[in-house]
Amino acid sequence: MHLLRLALASLANRRFIAVLTVFAIALSVALLLAVERVRTEARASFASTISGTDLVVGARSGSVNLLLYSVFRIGNATNNIRWESFEHFANHPQVSWAIPLSLGDSHRGYRVLGTSQAYFEHYRYGRRQALQLAEGRPFGGDPFEVVLGAEVARTLGYQLGSELVLAHGVARVSLVEHDDKPFTVVGILAPTGTPVDRTLHISLAGMEALHVDWRNGVPAQGAARIDAERVRALLRDCQNGPDDACRSILQPKAITAFLLGLNNRVATFGLQRAINEYRGEPLLAILPGVALQELWSLMSVAERALFVVSLFVVLTGLVGMLTAILASLAERRREMAILRSVGARPWHIGGLLMLEATALALAGIALGLGLLYLGIALAQAPLQAHYGLYLPLALPSLHEWQLLGGILCAAILMGLVPAWRAYRQSLADGLSIHL
Amino acid sequence: MSEPLLHLTDVGFAWPGQPALLDIPAFSLARGETLFLHGPSGSGKTTLLGLLGGVHRADRGSIRLLGCELGGLSSAARDRFRADHSGYLFQQFNLLPFLAVRDNVTLPCRFSRLRAERARQRHAGVTQAATELLRRLGLPDDLHARRASSLSIGQQQRVAAARALIGQPELVIADEPTSALDADSREAFINLLFEECRAAQASLLFVSHDRSLAPLFDRSLSLLDLNRAARLPEIR
Repeated sequence: MHLLRLALASLANRRFIAVLTVFAIALSVALLLAVERVRTEARASFASTISGTDLVVGARSGSVNLLLYSVFRIGNATNNIRWESFEHFANHPQVSWAIPLSLGDSHRGYRVLGTSQAYFEHYRYGRRQALQLAEGRPFGGDPFEVVLGAEVARTLGYQLGSELVLAHGVARVSLVEHDDKPFTVVGILAPTGTPVDRTLHISLAGMEALHVDWRNGVPAQGAARIDAERVRALLRDCQNGPDDACRSILQPKAITAFLLGLNNRVATFGLQRAINEYRGEPLLAILPGVALQELWSLMSVAERALFVVSLFVVLTGLVGMLTAILASLAERRREMAILRSVGARPWHIGGLLMLEATALALAGIALGLGLLYLGIALAQAPLQAHYGLYLPLALPSLHEWQLLGGILCAAILMGLVPAWRAYRQSLADGLSIHL
Repeated sequence: MSEPLLHLTDVGFAWPGQPALLDIPAFSLARGETLFLHGPSGSGKTTLLGLLGGVHRADRGSIRLLGCELGGLSSAARDRFRADHSGYLFQQFNLLPFLAVRDNVTLPCRFSRLRAERARQRHAGVTQAATELLRRLGLPDDLHARRASSLSIGQQQRVAAARALIGQPELVIADEPTSALDADSREAFINLLFEECRAAQASLLFVSHDRSLAPLFDRSLSLLDLNRAARLPEIR
């Protein structure tokens, strides 16, 4: 105990260097823990991009590709799937709900998703959270209504009632705009921290209406153009008489993908096989959880690299401590000799140095934790608002304790170096303090 | 008392790869005696003190302290023996500057259970022993909690003396403790040291190059006479 008091008193005597050393360790520890937290939370939030969906179905391609375009709105589908295929499986007895997804248009860099009311009812993310409307309502009977994701509304400054024009294709600079058919914002979703925030949602009828006058992939010219008013007029006419051909003008013929929720999850694999072997057209059904894992393992290289870099930063902090202690040894020969003359054994001297390293590391770890919590407290709200990343102000996890324990062990191991040197030095110097 | 406190017979020592530094046929120190050892620089003074403290081991011969053969002990046991039975007093700056005066004085009791026990027997406790010694050495109570570095050199040497004396070691070894003091305080300090050594029944081995102090002691010796290795160059 008195050895510890001696070590602390000696450290206090060199407090400027000691404080700097502790601060360097604290910063590196805080960085490591912050990277670790962000990593863990990013993985969790990634895994919770979609939940509650049992199968994602699209044209036959790779599972990661399907997941990327259907859930993350990245990249493009290789092929569309027929509406009949969707209806076939949506009406399957095991299927509880089905959400059609139709992609391909954009608005100022954000993807436009054509879907149905089922999207607002059944889509789940995170811990089975449903989508919430921050303002307004889901799109309704009029095909030219749009519901914005939180980020779209915030970044582009749209409010309820704003009118916007969608562009054909997904390039950031669009050559063809659907400027004759403006959409009205009727709802804005609450932030989710998922790609939903970056999506504009319109009805499938709206998606169809955008392209109602298109022939062979290009919009009609002149008199053949059908603008929004004419579409509405057509729809009004249809309501008056039960004319099937007329009603089907806004009936989609193809969609990009669809999500399925089953009555019983046990049926998932059976239905997956049924879809993959569907004779109507080549389809691919994937389990979102499995595909998410696959996708994450692709990205984990970068994530692991980040972790390794922060480990090296911690190592740098500890090496700084080692340097500071070693540099102090020369000027402390007198201190060591005095201690020897009052009866300290060489192992006392070594122990003193070990205690010093341990005390510095412990103080650094404690301060690092303090910095981490301060950082989280300050950054929590902005991180959630801008990146949808929620960092909890929670106690360190078991894994984090293990990391901290590892850092402490590394510091103690490093403390062996000056301890050994001081031990040798005090054996050689003995009681002489004629320096 | 038949056996002297400290007795050296035919002790030789050389640093590895160097000529013999010490060659002492015989040397002894009686209990309660104060001995002045005159040692100019290069006479092997520091090394001799290292041998007496058990920090180094003699190449040959016998060093007996309190009837115990130092050469027969392991280095850890020699360390413990030194901590238990000898108090050291060096030139200036031999306090830990970052500790309080009182904590500096009690340091030997932290490393030697025997001296802590003796301090407790004589006084109520280790801290009380330190307070008592400091008072007797003329350091008022208000200085006891101050940092050692805030005291004057003269005061620091008296603190160091209190530290050497706490727990009543049988042998007090003083190595040039007065070199930083002026002539007047030098003598006053030595008299104070005598008084305390007497009170603690300790022998005092006082090493210095300043011969003027020699008459104050029971006995005076020159390391040049004692050490045959040191005489050789003069003969040649």
